[in-house]
Amino acid sequence: MTVLCLVELDPDGGSADASLRALTFSRELAASEAQAGSAADGTAGSPAQPLADSPSPAPPATRTMSHRPAGNPHDVTSTGYVAAGVFAPETAVPAAALSAYGVTDAYAVESEQMTGYVPLAWARALAELVTLSSATAVVAAATDHGNEVLAHLAAMLGLPMAANCASAARTADGTYRIVRHRWAGSLLEDAVLDASPALLTVAVDAVAPATEPAPIVVHDFRPVLSDGDLAVRATESAERAGGVSLATARVVVGGGRGVGGPDGFGALEELAGLLGGVLGVSRVVTSQGWRPHEQQVGQTGTRISPELYLACGISGAIQHMAGCMSARHIVAVNTDPDAPILAHADYAVIGDLNQVIPALVTALRARAGLS
Amino acid sequence: MEILVCVKRVPMVGGKVVVTPDGQDVDTRMSGFTVSPHEECAVEEAVRITGRLGGTVTVLTLGSPEAADQLRDMLALGAGHGVLLETDGREWGPIATAAAIAAAVRRRAAGPAGPYDLLLFGNEAADTGDYQVPVRVAHALGLPCVTGIKNLQITESGGAAGSEAAAAAGAGAVGRAGAGAAAVGGAGAGAAAAAVAGAGAGAAAVGGAGAGAGAGAVSVAGAGAASVAGAVGVARASREYRGSTEVFDLVLPAVISVREGINLPRYPSLPGRLRAKRAVIERFQPEYRGEGLRKQLLRVPAGQTRRAEVLGTGADAVPALVRLFEEFGVLS
Repeated sequence: MTVLCLVELDPDGGSADASLRALTFSRELAASEAQAGSAADGTAGSPAQPLADSPSPAPPATRTMSHRPAGNPHDVTSTGYVAAGVFAPETAVPAAALSAYGVTDAYAVESEQMTGYVPLAWARALAELVTLSSATAVVAAATDHGNEVLAHLAAMLGLPMAANCASAARTADGTYRIVRHRWAGSLLEDAVLDASPALLTVAVDAVAPATEPAPIVVHDFRPVLSDGDLAVRATESAERAGGVSLATARVVVGGGRGVGGPDGFGALEELAGLLGGVLGVSRVVTSQGWRPHEQQVGQTGTRISPELYLACGISGAIQHMAGCMSARHIVAVNTDPDAPILAHADYAVIGDLNQVIPALVTALRARAGLS
Repeated sequence: MEILVCVKRVPMVGGKVVVTPDGQDVDTRMSGFTVSPHEECAVEEAVRITGRLGGTVTVLTLGSPEAADQLRDMLALGAGHGVLLETDGREWGPIATAAAIAAAVRRRAAGPAGPYDLLLFGNEAADTGDYQVPVRVAHALGLPCVTGIKNLQITESGGAAGSEAAAAAGAGAVGRAGAGAAAVGGAGAGAAAAAVAGAGAGAAAVGGAGAGAGAGAVSVAGAGAASVAGAVGVARASREYRGSTEVFDLVLPAVISVREGINLPRYPSLPGRLRAKRAVIERFQPEYRGEGLRKQLLRVPAGQTRRAEVLGTGADAVPALVRLFEEFGVLS
């Protein structure tokens, strides 16, 4: 009972936060597999196939280094195995961090032909790893890369794929009971997934990352790739210039239809500046062409998770709320006391933003000792 | 440039999603319908490309007979043909949907209109968010594919001569009518090679003009290549991913899914609306197939509503707002 998880690395070499969440999800799935397996046929947590005996046509991975975590690792035979596929040289695999998240086997996937992100080649390598590790499920974070690679894998294997899952558990009859996001999380779907291996991506905000150490072995893995697998590849350009990004800002000041037109954003921008935050807007604002799409918060824009989201003149369509539900505090300024956003906000001011915001700017300037 | 754009009819939901009493669908009695936002941008992108390079945009959807309304909305934006893969209203899964689209693409290639050069999709449907139909279509047709694109540049293979060269090189493929074994040399073909090489398409580009481009298509395409055009150009597609820009070069024909923000869709013109109203929509009835991911129940997540505490009215509420911000620790 092995769950194979695609682990993406951050530019600084650590595991991406979304991947740590996917690993947490994978561990819970592996535990449910071990339990369901033991209920069904008494083969609780049968260990991953020994590599030397692998029936895989893929070249055998070499066992190269192991890491024993500090403290008491859990007993993996009763909780299942989590394997990680990391597309990086073996020396770049963050073994200690993966071990902390319960990874028992990490595969450093390397190929001279494959530098950077090559979606189809990544999927091909995962397909080979499924055989090698006898994986019963493959999991990835529902990022651009995770969804794309798993879709390729699903198409390649002719299997269903459940995108944006919030939870998944194996049942005694061998199927998976899953909960997945629709409408970017505004609606949940209870579903049954009947496929092996089960292919799942994990909705980015659905699972909190949690550690549970396990002893890890890192393997070097060289996939067999064809020219076709390598035809579409990403060339990465330099990182964008600094500045506070919408996705990571601590404060976001939002403007919607209530702003009234393209010239009405000055006070909101000044307020954002005073709060050390950035401006975000609703979809109606970008589709009217009042502000660029990069500033859109929502299902088809950017997802934000600030300490404070101050939503001004925004009605609160679900398309918008899907992008800001992770905000710690939501405060709405709206003329309509029955606007949907009041059902999602913690606090509200009933009034015209064109009066409230300039007064707030004046108060904050005075407080900061500015005239 | 013959372009297919696939769209999906979805409910136009506003402030909240309401589920039908049986938990199987979104209650649409009070809502209108639209296409997913990414897809509207895909149609706009296609209309701009054919506006520049010539050719036709075909818009396709799989859905109930009423989905013809959404096709007409897209025809009003400048698409030339509409194709409806008509269902009985049941929700189709992504595997069956992709198979039906791939069959429609093959059917068109075999007919007098010839193959598509580019297949555009939205990155994901607004409702089901499956993130996989474009990739499955690409696999079924043996085409290169990339998803989530926010910037797209299409370069044709050196005009007429280029497209002839490409068609000739796509030996065995259903090339453009009559292009056959037209001369591969000449300025046009040279330009084709330059375009492909410039795009960094690697091995695909290093051969002779048409042959190089054809090899690119075939190596990716395999057996399925017969259903689409020979190489007719290249696409440079990019997207932002975690703070940096990823650039992809693809040899056409290819499958590309785009995101809202790639452009700002136009409003339909009055002549556009009139043309759309009169347009004949081609209808096919693909056969429903169930698949391994089965919906049981839809439900609205609990605990999402916070019920706002009203701090006050108008500018009088400012002192309360400032105190709140202090409490949140967002004021220095």
